Amino acid sequence: MASYLLGRVGQALVVLALTFTAAFLLLQVLPGDAIMIKFMSPDMGLTADQIAEIRASYGADRPLWERYFTTVGNFLTGNFGISIQAGVPVSQQLATNLPPTLLLASLAFVAALILTIILATASNMVGMEWLRAGLQSLPSLFISVPVFWLGIMLIQIFSFQLGLVSVISPGPVERLVLPVLTLAIPISAPLAQILMRNIDQVLAQPFVAVARAKGASRSWVLWRHVARNAIMPTLTIAGVLFGELLAGAVVTEAVFGLSGLGGLTYQAVGNHDTAVLQAIVVISALAFVTINLIVDLLYPVLDPRLGSRSGAPA
Amino acid sequence: MTVTPLLQVNDLAIAYKTGDHEQRVVHGVSFSVAPGEVVALVGESGSGKTTTAQATLGLLAGNGRVESGTIQLNGTDITRWSQKRLDSIRGAVVSLIPQDPGSSLNPVRTIGSQLAEVLQIHKRGDRKAIQTRVTELLERVGLTPAEMRARQYPHELSGGMKQRVLIAIAVALNPALIVADEPTSALDVTVQRRILDLIDELRRESGTAVLLVTHDLGVAADRADRLVVLQNGRIQEQGPVKDMLAAPRSAYTRRLLADAPSLGKPRPARPGIETQDFAIEVTGLTHDFPVSGGETRSFRAVDDLSFKVRRGTTHAIVGESGSGKTTAIRSVVGFIKPTGGRILIDGVDLTTLKGEKLRQFRKHIQLVYQNPFGSLDPRQTIARIVEEPLLNFEPIPAADRARKVRDMLARVGLSESFLERQPRALSGGQRQRVAIARALVLDPRVLVLDEAVSALDVTVQAQILSLLDELQKTLGLTYLFVSHDLAVVRQISDTVSVMHKGRQVDGGPIETVFGRPDSAYTRELIDAIPGRGLPVLAVPPELPPRLSP
Repeated sequence: MASYLLGRVGQALVVLALTFTAAFLLLQVLPGDAIMIKFMSPDMGLTADQIAEIRASYGADRPLWERYFTTVGNFLTGNFGISIQAGVPVSQQLATNLPPTLLLASLAFVAALILTIILATASNMVGMEWLRAGLQSLPSLFISVPVFWLGIMLIQIFSFQLGLVSVISPGPVERLVLPVLTLAIPISAPLAQILMRNIDQVLAQPFVAVARAKGASRSWVLWRHVARNAIMPTLTIAGVLFGELLAGAVVTEAVFGLSGLGGLTYQAVGNHDTAVLQAIVVISALAFVTINLIVDLLYPVLDPRLGSRSGAPA
Repeated sequence: MTVTPLLQVNDLAIAYKTGDHEQRVVHGVSFSVAPGEVVALVGESGSGKTTTAQATLGLLAGNGRVESGTIQLNGTDITRWSQKRLDSIRGAVVSLIPQDPGSSLNPVRTIGSQLAEVLQIHKRGDRKAIQTRVTELLERVGLTPAEMRARQYPHELSGGMKQRVLIAIAVALNPALIVADEPTSALDVTVQRRILDLIDELRRESGTAVLLVTHDLGVAADRADRLVVLQNGRIQEQGPVKDMLAAPRSAYTRRLLADAPSLGKPRPARPGIETQDFAIEVTGLTHDFPVSGGETRSFRAVDDLSFKVRRGTTHAIVGESGSGKTTAIRSVVGFIKPTGGRILIDGVDLTTLKGEKLRQFRKHIQLVYQNPFGSLDPRQTIARIVEEPLLNFEPIPAADRARKVRDMLARVGLSESFLERQPRALSGGQRQRVAIARALVLDPRVLVLDEAVSALDVTVQAQILSLLDELQKTLGLTYLFVSHDLAVVRQISDTVSVMHKGRQVDGGPIETVFGRPDSAYTRELIDAIPGRGLPVLAVPPELPPRLSP
């Protein structure tokens, strides 16, 4: 168990290191940089010497490998550098922009899971054939809905038509309802699809027939035999979809005019603000890796066959 | 004779819905089971025996439906009961022992909780009382120490032990009827015997009736009071076991009896084979597997196995699961490198070959696998499947390849109309013929048959065995025949190695090993073969009329 844990944590660290390096290299080979964009515009009227001086002050004149190791060292000590465009430390920008995005993403993740479970349970419990077929086709509908369109439609329906959620100066909870839904629905679609398919597969297993032969009702079988077996593959996909969630958060924040990592990313890309982008990539990767690490660690808890692997002979 | 039968099935018809049409698979089946009686439903795959049994539990697959007829339990018609109403009798009045113990227990729940469940569903006592009963039941089916077993998960138990758990679940509430659906067909022969003995014992104790579903006439003959023989969803014949075996009335029952492999029909001795040279010589074959968790520990799967096979003869390797027979033949075909020992195929030491040389050598030694459903690519046509091995070696013009494929299919008894079909359009026996054709298309000298007929129905099995015999005679092939089924082995082999826990416990000419086995293990294996009660055993092999085409 300990070696399984160590192995997984080690893999996570390798992924992080590779992501960091790849992001660093890609950001360096982009033509132009933030300093050029900010200071070389003719309005500034700076001479070539002055610009060179500014470059030197940011360390931009150092060779690539030296800058790489300086950045690694800085990141390890929690120093993410300075945003050239804003002129403030990146960590300060993250402190204001990360929490709202994190809140949005986590709420959306939980909402997606709840939606998934409701859909899968309902489609397996209802007796009416047509309703079941309807529920089973919902995920394929959801999956084809783009986030921005869904956001706009939700605002149209709930805010403008029904007047349920106010758009102008909403409360802290009210403000999040529609963005969370916008983000959760497209994530829940593939999850529900996979969960439904897994439930069908598990229902076809002989041990389900044995449980029925014991006199267990359909819902008893579903909760006590099928659920835990069907949830495991779904969990893997949930971890992978978390990346989707981060990407979706950027669009959602733009549609609903929320401040957060999305807005920050958008500005930083426009300005080639390398330090900010590097920090965002690493933080996203960290979140992604952590979620998947949790998923991996949950596996042996859910499936006893994975926990005792070391004991059994090959 | 006015006793109400426990189970009375009247003119039952069942259909499965596929697409928009319904296919009837059970046609007007009627039979009854008296209290305490054992009735066997016997038939080959597709005979409707499992469907009939499922219907008695109200557990037809989702697309199945009882079209007409009735199923009466203790005089009450339960045919049109709701699932909810059936839930109250399932487990308590009628219970199930399923076919495949490997997948019939929930992998993520403990044995104890799955056994306790049947008591919880029917609300038999509080937590403490249930706990006590679980321990009692586990002890009764021979799973000790019961407290420890109750906490184990299914993957920590062997197949036989899992089937014991499932039996404990089935008898927990002393039901009046147990439906046993092929309860031992997935188990080794010695385990099978112990499990069937256990079911017999428990049934006698509580006077439970058993509806035994089986394809194995031997098992049915040994264990049942009455037989119901099904073919294509219709009853061919039913009656007391003794009468039916002594004087089968229907042609189909006679064919089943004739095709059932039994110890009564040895392969006739073949003169002249003693002078042949050895095609396979295995000396001191040993294979160790490293055991995870310890660096220096290893598990010896095959321990000092030696045998020789003369050209044109058949050598059988017999053993139960875990005996090392699979590891041994994987070495012989060159898939794994043994830890020690020599494997000479036509004088070439296989263990010294590697890379391209080994690949080239594989041409001479081909393998036919057990599962005729899994070993053929479902997307390829039959022609393509048989042709593929030819593409792996020296290029042959397409026209020659096509001719070779047609010849080979003809040899295994498949017409040219099969060329463009896909595996799913073929029966199990036809698929195994394709697999044999694929193995023979490279003109190998040695054919390794890994449980090649184990998954087939007896009549199909008999056909494939006679095909193999004929191919051996015409092509001079040497067979290495791996099987757990001693009766089949006796029918086809000249020599045999009996393996147990990695070691060869018996070996030599088939008649010597079967007539005067050296080891207690071989005797136990022979004694465990079901169907020793089959009357054909007493009759010389040529007497039972073989009506099959």
